[in-house]
Amino acid sequence: MLCLSGATMAFGLFWLAWILITLLHEGFSALSLTLFTQTTPPPGSAGGLANAIAGSLMMATVATLIGTPIGILAGTYLAEFGRRGWLAPATRFINDILLSAPSIVIGLFIYSVYVAQVRHFAGWGGALALSLIVIPVVVRTTDDMLKLVPDSLREAAAALGAPAWKMIVFVSYPAARAGIVTGILLAVARISGETAPLLFTALNNQFWSLNMNQPMANLPMVIFQFAMSPYPDWHRLAWGGAILITLGVLGLNILARALFRRGN
Amino acid sequence: MEKNPGRFGQTGLLRIPPFLEFELRDGETYNRRPTPAKRLPLMDAFFRNLTRFFAFFVFSILAAILVSLVFHSQLALSRFGFAFLLDPEWNPVTQEFGALVPIYGTLVSSAIAMIIGIPVSFGIALFLTELAPVWLKRPLGTAIEMLAAIPSIIYGMWGLFVFAPIFAETVQPALIKTFGALPIFGMLFKGPAMGIGMLTAGIILAIMVIPFITAVMRDVFELVPPLLKESAYGLGATTWEVVWKVVLPYTRIGVVGGIMLGLGRALGETMAVTFVIGNAHRLSPSLLAPGNSIASALANEFTEAVGDLHSSALIELGLILFLITTIVLALSKLLLLQLAKQEGRQT
Repeated sequence: MLCLSGATMAFGLFWLAWILITLLHEGFSALSLTLFTQTTPPPGSAGGLANAIAGSLMMATVATLIGTPIGILAGTYLAEFGRRGWLAPATRFINDILLSAPSIVIGLFIYSVYVAQVRHFAGWGGALALSLIVIPVVVRTTDDMLKLVPDSLREAAAALGAPAWKMIVFVSYPAARAGIVTGILLAVARISGETAPLLFTALNNQFWSLNMNQPMANLPMVIFQFAMSPYPDWHRLAWGGAILITLGVLGLNILARALFRRGN
Repeated sequence: MEKNPGRFGQTGLLRIPPFLEFELRDGETYNRRPTPAKRLPLMDAFFRNLTRFFAFFVFSILAAILVSLVFHSQLALSRFGFAFLLDPEWNPVTQEFGALVPIYGTLVSSAIAMIIGIPVSFGIALFLTELAPVWLKRPLGTAIEMLAAIPSIIYGMWGLFVFAPIFAETVQPALIKTFGALPIFGMLFKGPAMGIGMLTAGIILAIMVIPFITAVMRDVFELVPPLLKESAYGLGATTWEVVWKVVLPYTRIGVVGGIMLGLGRALGETMAVTFVIGNAHRLSPSLLAPGNSIASALANEFTEAVGDLHSSALIELGLILFLITTIVLALSKLLLLQLAKQEGRQT
């Protein structure tokens, strides 16, 4: 029976190894400087993924800028002010549901609320949808990390005459800083790979555009479009994009863990 | 020793710095809520209400999504009613839409994912908590968590370009040959070996949910008091007996909660399934046949939906998916909270 358990472990690692090896093998030939300097080409021409990379970076930045303050403040309420009352347990419950909710439904929601109202696809919609994915992650990690701050620190601050907001901003936040930054990095890693929220909000753009008010090129949608096509040069670019995303996501995850361990 | 009452009325040897003391008005004692300056309570109230506002914002996101989805699927809801759930026809030309095929595809692919994923997750969690040497636990645990970090579009691409062809050439013909001829069970394995289809989607979903179920199982397995396990070992139980008869019954609720978390994830998975499920609005008993899941139908058709009824029917599909996953995830959360309460009561 216990051998079977070792076999399942090997089974899990086997898939991870296969996927990573495939990525490196297929995507390596696509990695070159032109990937970053040229825009997405029509089938048959040479090109790169510059507009997709730029678009993804812009939307991820805006989403993080929107989602992080909301997430940190909500998480602060849950950890610091939420020891009594109904709002904190209820919000925690709903937050955990949102954390695992299907991202395509989030995309549908932003479509109904934003895109259908302004009547065109836009990078702002994509950023809004991604921020709805950032918020639960940041709320959860902020809540957990602030709860780890020992109460004796808070009591010491109160005994010295600090009002509640100063105690939170100048004592709790610095104490939990490593954990909160880890949470933000994990959220960024998560949204870098998300495709479904962008399907109906930012759509895609085959030209170079930094205008967030128009459909915006982004790496996951470009990979989706190129991979489902019948053209081999598009497939090659799709693998190149896939390896970029995976390296970015895994790199951010490892960075987050290293920072967390060092900060503590 | 002279008494030196503090700001909250406590007495002791501690001297309060003069600038922190305040004047008593007539008839007051020290036992009142301190308000050292006039501006600070305003800041406190502002900060408190700011955080409360954003907590309420997060709280209302779920309700907002539900209301928005219901509102925008009104057209389809009023046209089709409950028959929408049982209608296998999806025809944009005649404007007749039914959710049976996508719902069937979602449920079957998730069921396959659970059948494969639960035993594997259990084995990995068991290995990581009981069998692995200490120096191996962290790297192996991180490796399994990397499986969760890989974006789902990568799983889709890998599934379509690498896994499906190999599956079609080696495993599927073997399955058809071995099981295809059996009387009733064989219905599951009929049809051409295309590589893509329900079974492939289920297998890839299984690989995607394994890290989530494993993480929860590992956490709950670590909650078992060592005293319980040591007592069992002391009575002569083998490692397997300890796991099966002591650890698992103790953490039963948490294990079920973790399984439901994995199920919730599998139900909502879009990109990996869209690549390999075949996008066919056909109901077929065979696992090797292509099908459609709610998420893949949405991903494929939404931006090209012609007409308000088509869009509304797709949004109603999204509503159905949202309701199913919310119920499953809420149940999972309730079970895990129950375990935490039980744990708190016993320790």
